[in-house]
Amino acid sequence: MSHSVAFRTILYKEIHRFVRIWPQTLLPPVVTTSLYFLIFGTLIGGRIGTMGGFPYLAYIVPGVVLMAVITNAYGNVVSSFYSTKFQRHIEELLIAPVPNWVILAGYVAGGIVRGLAVGAVVMGISALFSPIRMAHPEVVAGVFLLTATLFSLAGFLNALFANSFDDISIIPNFVLTPLVYLGGVFYSIDLLPDIWRGVSLGNPILYMINAFRYGFLGVSDVDLVQAVAVISGFIVVLAAWALYLLHRGTGLKT
Amino acid sequence: MTALSLRSLRKVYKNGFEALKGIDLDVQPGDFFALLGPNGAGKSTTIGIISSLVNKTSGTVSVHGHDLERQREAAKRCIGLVPQEINFNQFETVENIVVNQAGYYGIPRREAKRNAARCLEQLDLWERRRDVSRTLSGGMKRRLMIARALVHSPRLLILDEPTAGVDIEIRRSMWEFLRTINRQGTTIILTTHYLEEAENLCRHIAIIDHGLIVEHSDMPTLLGKLTVTDFILELKNPLAALPELNGYRLERLDDRTLKASVPTALGINGLFAGLSAAGIEVSGLRNASNRLEQLFMGLVASHRPARAEQFTP
Repeated sequence: MSHSVAFRTILYKEIHRFVRIWPQTLLPPVVTTSLYFLIFGTLIGGRIGTMGGFPYLAYIVPGVVLMAVITNAYGNVVSSFYSTKFQRHIEELLIAPVPNWVILAGYVAGGIVRGLAVGAVVMGISALFSPIRMAHPEVVAGVFLLTATLFSLAGFLNALFANSFDDISIIPNFVLTPLVYLGGVFYSIDLLPDIWRGVSLGNPILYMINAFRYGFLGVSDVDLVQAVAVISGFIVVLAAWALYLLHRGTGLKT
Repeated sequence: MTALSLRSLRKVYKNGFEALKGIDLDVQPGDFFALLGPNGAGKSTTIGIISSLVNKTSGTVSVHGHDLERQREAAKRCIGLVPQEINFNQFETVENIVVNQAGYYGIPRREAKRNAARCLEQLDLWERRRDVSRTLSGGMKRRLMIARALVHSPRLLILDEPTAGVDIEIRRSMWEFLRTINRQGTTIILTTHYLEEAENLCRHIAIIDHGLIVEHSDMPTLLGKLTVTDFILELKNPLAALPELNGYRLERLDDRTLKASVPTALGINGLFAGLSAAGIEVSGLRNASNRLEQLFMGLVASHRPARAEQFTP
């Protein structure tokens, strides 16, 4: 039994899905990030001056790119896997000899590819507003991959538990979006009073954005090793949880 | 080696409902097997467990000698499922649905496309392969689910009410197709509410009711248990009076229609002789219901009083 064929089939299906509906998946990040760069970068950013020793626009580019990666990796898996449950074609996979880890890997890989596609598009747009510099390209690639993996896993878990389309919008709207915006996309936590700085350090997305920013600019509010350890730890926990739930059939079997 | 073997299979849902009460069932390779039962009897739960869509509470399932728990992948590889409800991606093309399913079974894409083409041609869907599946008619959707179930050439094909809601022409063409693949060696398990379908197609039968197998035999033996057959007689002239015929039970449905219950031991010739002697001319005759249906109703009804007594305080 070739599990690689099953994995590639799921991945192909996932890529085919988000490419087919590109006006819903690839186009919106183009519009929203263009507006971010225009308003925060060019119009307001010009008055802010520098942050962390860099022009404000250059400072926010890594965070905006990673924000797009996070929301799209999460959104791809949660909407695709929940639709698969809702339309019951998850049964195609459940009756087939596909191990649970292959199902999980296939959907997560789909989320990573969507994150990569959107991240590349957003980075291309940012290049129109500010020259792109990468101090540590290997860190950029590594943090991108880890972050996309983590939020694809989170989207998968959300879809497993979801019983309605409301359930797949609650976490992105009321948990993910505030954490992303308060994760230092548009500012350095050094600007915050001590108490809010401490609170911010409890936000895992802060570590991802700062590690990503380190890859681009070579500056970060947090230690890189600490950031990678936090992300990796979350990945291990969420992957183990997802596999356990798949094994039990939670949200999929009666 | 059996194609399917169930031992002490039990399912209790979270709400405490015991859908299966420890059933045993064997299906031989090459058989065309009917699994019948009223709504809520446990058919779909049984099929759900065999196809890994429902978690069993206890018991074992073995498919062509592979235990579904310990040799999961080998067992699953033997099974093709045509579910009761449409469960494919309504936004995907017909061809991709079948090709992707082959991919889940580890069949490389090039070979999967060849297999899909064969299945879609067999089920008369090749011309629609590039169409999005939601644009298909109801009958085509059913055929697409059969094509998808066959793309990995399963040894055991399970069809859960495959002809529900399709017109008689499509139903008959499906029957012919299923007979053909059964002749070619595929074991088929069929659930259906059309008992005529089961009688026409299947060689063995099990009847399940309230989570228990209440009958399990070959079709001729089962039909042989039918001691009385009901017929509807169309009369040439209006009936003046209901005759008394020894051993036969007659019931007037209207002036020109009689229902006759004919004991198998007496046969139908005696009925006609008696009616002729009474001056009654018969212009038409048909079964009041399908023979299997009559037997099915009797079997299911005969098990209900026993259960009712069990729950009597």
